Formats: sequence, structure tokens, C-alpha cells
Amino acid sequence: MKDSFGAPVIVAQNLDLVFQTADGPVQALRDVSLTINKGEFVSFIGPSGCGKTTFLRAIAALEHPTGGALSVNGMTPDEARRKRAYGYVFQAAGLYPWRTIAGNVGLPLEIMGFSKADRMKKIEEVLELVELSGFGNKFPWQLSGGMQQRASIARALAFDADILLMDEPFGALDEIVRDRLNEELLKLWARTGKTIGFVTHSIPEAVYLSTKIVVMSPRPGRITDVIDSPLPKDRPLDIRDTPEFIAVAHRVREGLRAGHGDV
Amino acid sequence: MRRFLPVLSVLLALVLVWYGAAVKLNAQWEYDQAARAGAAAPEFGQLVALTMAQKSPVLPAPHQVVVGLWQGLTGQAITSKRSLVYHAWVTLSGTLAGFGIGTGLGVLLAAAIVHNRAMDMSVMPWAIASQMVPIVALAPMLAVVMNALGASGAMTKAVISAYLSFFPVVVGMVKGLRSPEVSQLDLLTTYAANKAQVFWKLRLPASMPYFFASLKVGIAAALVGAIVAELNQPVGLGARLLQGSYYSQTVQIWAALFVAASMAAVLVALMARVETRVLLRMGMSR
Repeated sequence: MKDSFGAPVIVAQNLDLVFQTADGPVQALRDVSLTINKGEFVSFIGPSGCGKTTFLRAIAALEHPTGGALSVNGMTPDEARRKRAYGYVFQAAGLYPWRTIAGNVGLPLEIMGFSKADRMKKIEEVLELVELSGFGNKFPWQLSGGMQQRASIARALAFDADILLMDEPFGALDEIVRDRLNEELLKLWARTGKTIGFVTHSIPEAVYLSTKIVVMSPRPGRITDVIDSPLPKDRPLDIRDTPEFIAVAHRVREGLRAGHGDV
Repeated sequence: MRRFLPVLSVLLALVLVWYGAAVKLNAQWEYDQAARAGAAAPEFGQLVALTMAQKSPVLPAPHQVVVGLWQGLTGQAITSKRSLVYHAWVTLSGTLAGFGIGTGLGVLLAAAIVHNRAMDMSVMPWAIASQMVPIVALAPMLAVVMNALGASGAMTKAVISAYLSFFPVVVGMVKGLRSPEVSQLDLLTTYAANKAQVFWKLRLPASMPYFFASLKVGIAAALVGAIVAELNQPVGLGARLLQGSYYSQTVQIWAALFVAASMAAVLVALMARVETRVLLRMGMSR
């Protein structure tokens, strides 16, 4: 499984990140080393405060590590950001209420200076990719929460970045919608071949989606286990009832428990 | 009707209280008149009739004000210097000019405060301090200075009006321009958007609800500013108020007051109307 992926895209070596807060320094990440290869789907799972979101934000250059080395596409995260190397999906869809869905999806394209014709073409393309064709002229409030989140994924896909970073994108949605979006996300990943970093609280979600699961634990945030998933790339929803799936889920749970035990 | 009934009953109560107060406040003059003439003090019924019909009462009765208002509005050509329409127009044009300047200045200042730390630290205290100075004290001095600089009365009025109306706009817009959530700003950071793009595409549209709330306060403040400025000028509602008090023309004062109050109400209502329309179109209210 591991061999089918390309060159390293994101490389973290002995990464440290300390926040200076009013209550003194907080070690958000300690000695985090991880390599993500091209085309991988990597999930970060762990309890609150384990640094999974911080790590994702560090990759996006939204946080700045205080030690160690981190490279994205062979550049510093900040250079990669300026080269628009990644699309980022936040937990809240965060669509602008004053823009239509098409306007929201086109926002990054406007900022990046695409021509109007190019914008229209890309918007159409990515809306189709997230199965929102025909909703371009609707305003966000006219769409359900799940559709809004799909639109926000389309927005992250619009400018063809090779990396997609997703911070608990389905965290606020109910289980049924979540299942459906997970399935769609896998399809989308298969079609586009993007490298995806995905933060989640949910063990089934992590196991179902990922080719690599990174288990993290808090105080200080660190990696306790990295699991290369033995599951095939083609995953129907009922794969979750297979012994392989249950075995992986079990290992994730063990990893989470171990992380808690030694605090 | 159900909606207006409470409003009407409050209005009716107010009018009744007003009539009562008019009798009470104007009675002394009638007693003095009677005493001077050596006659007996008037009976209550007589007193009421007399207090409703004085030439310059302490407190004119509502119907006197209504008559005064009607005559002021329709008793002469609207271009006449005795027409309330003429004075109202003078005040309105000053208000709108001041409001325009104040709003523009307020938005610019707010944008500077949000983007520049030095501005943030230095301008806001001054803006607040500026509103601590009583405008009635400041207006005459400003008028003298402006006059020395060769500015016209209308210009002076616009400046004083703007002085009052910029403040709510600054305060509201600073809050509005800072209203986007961290994640929304982070999103634009991930696109490597520059400051101008963040301003035009996120901060400014996000500030619209705050902007309109400020405009409603600002336009009322602009009207107050214009009227205060007119206390030093020959025309306008402010001038009418002052002349009225010089010559004890209380009916004239109240008529001008009512015109000013109605004008404020209409201006604020117009703002609210624009607000509803714009926010609806922007999908920011439903």
C-alpha cells in the first residue's frame, strides 16, 4: 500500500511548537516527526489538545513551529502558502453570506487573479466534483449544513492545489450526512489524486478514509502511533464491518488509550 | 388597528398631560393680569379658555402648536424667510452635507484604525475626547475660526454637523471591520490574499450591519449638529428656535422643534429602509 504513493510532500522532523499564553508557555507539539507522501490520505486523530489541529495549521503556515524542521513541497510552509500549495477546509463552512455559492467558490480564484472566463469554468468543474451543480446561484442560507460544507470543499479545490488540508470538516454534521460526505470525499480523492491531511475526532471516520492514521496524545501534543492502513483503496461503506477494519479501529483505540495512560 | 392602538393611547395620554401642564404653567400670567386689573381671579372654566389662547404662553397648548406649524408650513410661499419649509430645507441640506462628510471621514478613520496599530492607539482616545466637548460651547468658536478662514456659513454648519456624525460611524465601523472571525481571516491567509483584498472582499462587506446601525445614529447626530450651528446663523430651524426664544415666540419654538423632530424621524426611518434592503440583498438578514 505504502509503495503506491509518490515522493514525500510534507516532511516534519522533530517539530516543536510552544504557544506563549497568559498562563505561561504551552507545549502544543513536541518532537513530531512525520512524512506524508504524494497522494496519501492521512488522518490525525486524538483527544482535544493533542495538537492535531495545530500540526495541520503549522503545515498551512497559520502557526509557526518553534523548533525542528517542516517542509511542504520542499519549501518552507510559508513559501508553500504563498505559492498556494494547499486548500484548507475549516470546521465551519465559513461561506460569505453575501456571496452566492458560485461567488464563494470563486473567491480564491478572484484573489489569485484568474480571468472571469477561467473562474466560471473552474467553478462549474468543482461544483460538479462535490455534486452541487445547479446550486451556483443559491445563497449559503438556502443550503443545508452538509451542502454548505461541500461548497467549502469545492472552494478549497477550486485553484487546483495538490494538497488538501481539512480540519474536522464534518465535525458539526450529523452521522448520516457525515457518512455520505465521507464516501464522496473518498471518491473525490480517487478522482483527483490529491494529498489529503484530515483532522478528526472520530475513529470510524479516520479508519474509513485514511491510508495512514496518525494517533496523537495531549500534554504535550505528540504522535503515539502511525498506522498504515491495510484496507484497499476502493472502500464501500460496509467495509466498516470487516475484520480488517475492526482490527485497525481497535489499534487506533489502543493507541488513544495508551496516550492517555502515561499522562 | 391593533398595532396602532397602544401607540395612539400613549399619544392621547401625552396630549392630555400636555394640556394639563399648559393650564398650570400659563395660569400665573392670567392671575397676574386679573390682579393688575383689580378684577377677581378667573373661574376655572374661564381660566382654561384663557390659558389656551395666550399670545406668548409659557407652554403653548398642542392645538396652538399645530396651528403655528400649519401656518409656518403653508402660510406663505415656501421660499419666504418666514416659511418653515424654507428653514427646514436649509437645515436638511446642512445635515446631509455634514452627514456625508462625517460618514466618509468616519469610514476612512475606522479603516486606518483597523489597519494601523499606531492609529488604533492614538486616534480612538481623541475621537472619544472630541465628543466630550459640549458642542454648544465649541460651535461658536468653530464659527469664528471658520469665518476667519473665509468659509461660508453653510460650510461651517457642515463641519459642525460632521463633527458630531463621524463619531458613531468610527466606533461602529471599527467594530464592523473587526467582525470577521479568525477562521475567515485565516481562510484568506491561506489564499495569500493581500491587505487590500482582505478589506474589500471580507472586512467591508462583513461590516455592513454595523455600518447601517452607525448611520442611523450618525444622521440624527448630524441634524443636532446642524441645528446647533444655526444658533449662530440667520436661517435654518436652529435660527428659528433662537429667534423664537429672543422674542418669546414660544409657539414658533415648538413648531420648529416639531419640524426638527419629524425630520429626524423621517431620516432615521429612511436609513432603516435602506438598511433592510441592502442587508436583504446581501443575504445578511432574512
